[in-house]
Formats: sequence, structure tokens, C-alpha cells
Amino acid sequence: MKYEAIVLGVSAGGLKALTTLFTNIKDSFKIPILLVQHMHAGSDDYLARYLASICKLTVKEADEKEKIKNRTVYIAPANYHLMIEDDKTLSLTIDQKVNYSRPSIDVLFESAVDAYNDKLIGIILTGANDDGARGMEQIKKAGGLTIIQNPKTAEVPSMPEAVTKRIKPDHILELEAIAKLLNSITI
Amino acid sequence: MSSINENIEIICLLEGIYQKYGYDFRNYSQASVRRRLKLKLNSSNLPSYSAMLHKVLYEKDFFDSLLLDLTINVTEMFRDPTFYKALRSDIVPILKTYPHIKIWHAGCSTGEEVYSMAILLEEEGLLKRSLIYATDINELVLAKAKEGIFPLEKIKEYTTNYQRAGGTESFAEYYTASYDAVIMKKRLKDKIVFSQHNLATDGIFTEAHLIVCRNVLIYFNKELQNKVLGLFKDSLIRKGVLALGSKETIKFSNYANDFIELVGKEKIYGKIR
Ligand SMILES: C[S@@+](CC[C@H](N)C(=O)[O-])C[C@H]1O[C@@H](n2cnc3c(N)ncnc32)[C@H](O)[C@@H]1O
Repeated sequence: MKYEAIVLGVSAGGLKALTTLFTNIKDSFKIPILLVQHMHAGSDDYLARYLASICKLTVKEADEKEKIKNRTVYIAPANYHLMIEDDKTLSLTIDQKVNYSRPSIDVLFESAVDAYNDKLIGIILTGANDDGARGMEQIKKAGGLTIIQNPKTAEVPSMPEAVTKRIKPDHILELEAIAKLLNSITI
Repeated sequence: MSSINENIEIICLLEGIYQKYGYDFRNYSQASVRRRLKLKLNSSNLPSYSAMLHKVLYEKDFFDSLLLDLTINVTEMFRDPTFYKALRSDIVPILKTYPHIKIWHAGCSTGEEVYSMAILLEEEGLLKRSLIYATDINELVLAKAKEGIFPLEKIKEYTTNYQRAGGTESFAEYYTASYDAVIMKKRLKDKIVFSQHNLATDGIFTEAHLIVCRNVLIYFNKELQNKVLGLFKDSLIRKGVLALGSKETIKFSNYANDFIELVGKEKIYGKIR
């Protein structure tokens, strides 16, 4: 009912974490998911093809000016920042790296807050830096829902830990439990 | 969170910039402009966008620095090597059929892309009969482009890009290194004319065989994208070639039917008529 979009940030250890998460998300999951996985500048759309093969949702690399649709996962392409416009279309930019990253999780999350206000869920999974922590703070401030992977069991704990240094996340969970929680949220 | 009031203030700020200085950012992608303005607001310790508007109107220096922040000048040499490979294999043969070749790089930033093109043309034996026009809205980056001086620390990355792009020589052929910088060779510079041109407000710049405009349209909204694509269509000769950035497309624009895909994956299009 309440939530209209999910933004998801993940870095080192991401492939395994995303595999667990997406194999546990139910086939009928409706809310659009926008995903930043840190990757090398030259990477192709492997991640999109892989995730599409393990779940029933539509998974694709984000296209410029594309309208956000339900039941779809949008992945920030390598070497571009992904942003959300107020009219719920996607923008790509080649602005300077943020937190040494392009795409940057903070850039996506902060624009998502502008577009969705409190109707947003932010999730940070395993990773070796602190990208996403500022974005999560903004989501919390705006009244959205904040979820992190339990740093104790994350492959690389720094990224979810960095979130806890700024805010008290609404949920600190294992990957399976994150999927379960998301499955229980209907729109 | 962006409130309605804040959005109105931003609209007024952009309108003020346009009225006072003629730079039109009103049809740029909102999220990106807002992010730039937010960073500027924080770094300049201003209480609001209305306060920023006042400063913009009365302090030219402040406007100049804001202008730099609003135009993103990130670029590199042989960015997307596969794009240059495709130029070599699929577009150079077309260019070879012309006695004189005019190329327009729109939104050339500090020139890395333009020098990459000049190098490619030289290796294909086309530089002598080519003239490259390179334009940008931002005079400061143009001045840098004209100098053709780039930081030495980037050269390793550029050399890798160059090789992946199908370069046939040693990349060091094209520059002279001194201290912590490299200067591009004069014979490349001699074939490039740099000038200021604003895609949002100015008209046709030149008649071209090839227009390269990469990673500029992503910063524009649909309306401005359409306008600029129309400008490119009118500036190209019959069967001229248009090359966009790897995430830009003509497909969903008003001009989709005026072009065919020459190398679809690399966003290289040919004008039909
Ligand atoms: C991100 S850079 C791209 C540079 C290069 N083409 C590349 O792909 O690496 C975008 C450039 O477009 C320029 N630009 C922005 N708005 C423009 C306009 N209205 N007219 C001309 N150039 C513009 C900026 O100043 C900047 O140098």
C-alpha cells in the first residue's frame, strides 16, 4: 500500500547476496526495484541477464528516460550514475565519481528520496566501502523504510556497518529474512 | 526531500539565469540539475535557492562558478573503445568516399574525445582532408581543449583505451610528455577548430559529414533532446552520420524515422535523406 519503490545498493560480495535475495523473492513481487551494484567501467549487462535467469521478474539495465514499471528490476549500467526523476522516469549521467564509484549508491538513493519521499524502501547489502550510508540517512529522514543486511553475516560488513554509524536502520536482517519481509509488503 | 516550494524556487532560479545571462538550463534533466544545485547550496552556505538567485543576479563571479557546476565536463580519451572500433570498421569506409570531410563534435568538453578522433583519422589516412569543428557551451573547457594539455597520470588509462580501440601505432606518438603533463602533437591540433556553441539556444553550426555528440543528450529532457536531434538532422549532409553516447538513442525521438542504425549497439546512425 504505502511503498512505491525499492532502492538497493550492494558492492563486494554482491553476486552471492543478490542470488540469495532474488531466488527468495516471490514471483508476483510487484514493487519496482532499482539496483546499484558497484562494477568495473567496462562491464557488460551480465548481471541483468544473470538475475533475469534466477527470478521471474523482468530484470534489465536501466535506459535513459525510461518509465519505471512494476514487477521490474532496473540495474545501473557500468560507468553511469542512475537517478530518478520526479515523474518516475530514469536518468543516467556521467558526473564525477561519488565515493570513488560510478554508479554510486548515494546518488541513486538521494534522487529516489526526491521522487518518492516516504514511499521508498532503501536496502544496503554486503560491501567494502561506505557508499549508500548518506542515502539511507536521507531515506530515514523522509520517513521511508531502511533495511540492512546483518553486518555480522554479510560477506563484507563495511557497507551495512557504515549505515549504522549514521542511523538506526528499521531492520537488520539476514538475506532470507529481507526477502521474506519484502514478500510481505504488498501494494 | 524536495518540497513543492523548493521546486518552485529552482524553477525561478533557472529562469533568472536564462533571463540574465542567456544560458538555458530550464530543459535539462531535473534530477541532475537539482543534485548540482544542492551541492552548490551546501558549499556556498546559502539558506535557499531564492538566496542563490539573488547572488546569481548581482554577482557575476558567483554565476560563473555556478555555470561550471551545471555543466558536467567529465570525459576521457577513447572512452568506450568499442565505439572507436566501430567507427574504424564501419564509418571510415563511408568517410573515405568524400574528398573533404567535415566533422562536428558537439559538447566536446576538454577535448579528449576530439583528439581521439584526430588520431583515428590520421591512422586511417584521412586527417589531411578532414576538418574537425569542436564546440561546447562552456568557454573554460574549450580553452583547455585548445591547449591540448592533459595530466600524465591519465595516460596509462588512455593508452589502454587506445589499444582496445584498435590503435595501430604506439600511443606515445601523439603527445610530448613534460613534467606531469602531456601536450598533444601540433599536427593533430592544426585540424581542429574549437568554438563556443550552445545546443539549447543556438542554430545550425556547420554542415557536417559526421556529427559526434556523446553523453550530452542524457543531461537534457525529452523536449530539448528532440530539438537538438532536429538540429543535428538539419546540419548533416545527405546520408551523413550521427554518433551518440552508448546510452543515448534516437529511437524514441521525433526523428527516429529520419535515421537508420549503422552500428546499433554503438548508437551510430545514418541520415536517410
Ligand atoms: C559529460 S560531457 C561529455 C564530453 C564528451 N562528449 C564525452 O562523451 O566524453 C558533456 C559536455 O556537454 C556540454 N554541454 C552541456 N550543455 C550544453 C549545451 N547546451 N550546448 C553545448 N554543450 C553543452 C558540457 O559543457 C560538457 O562539456
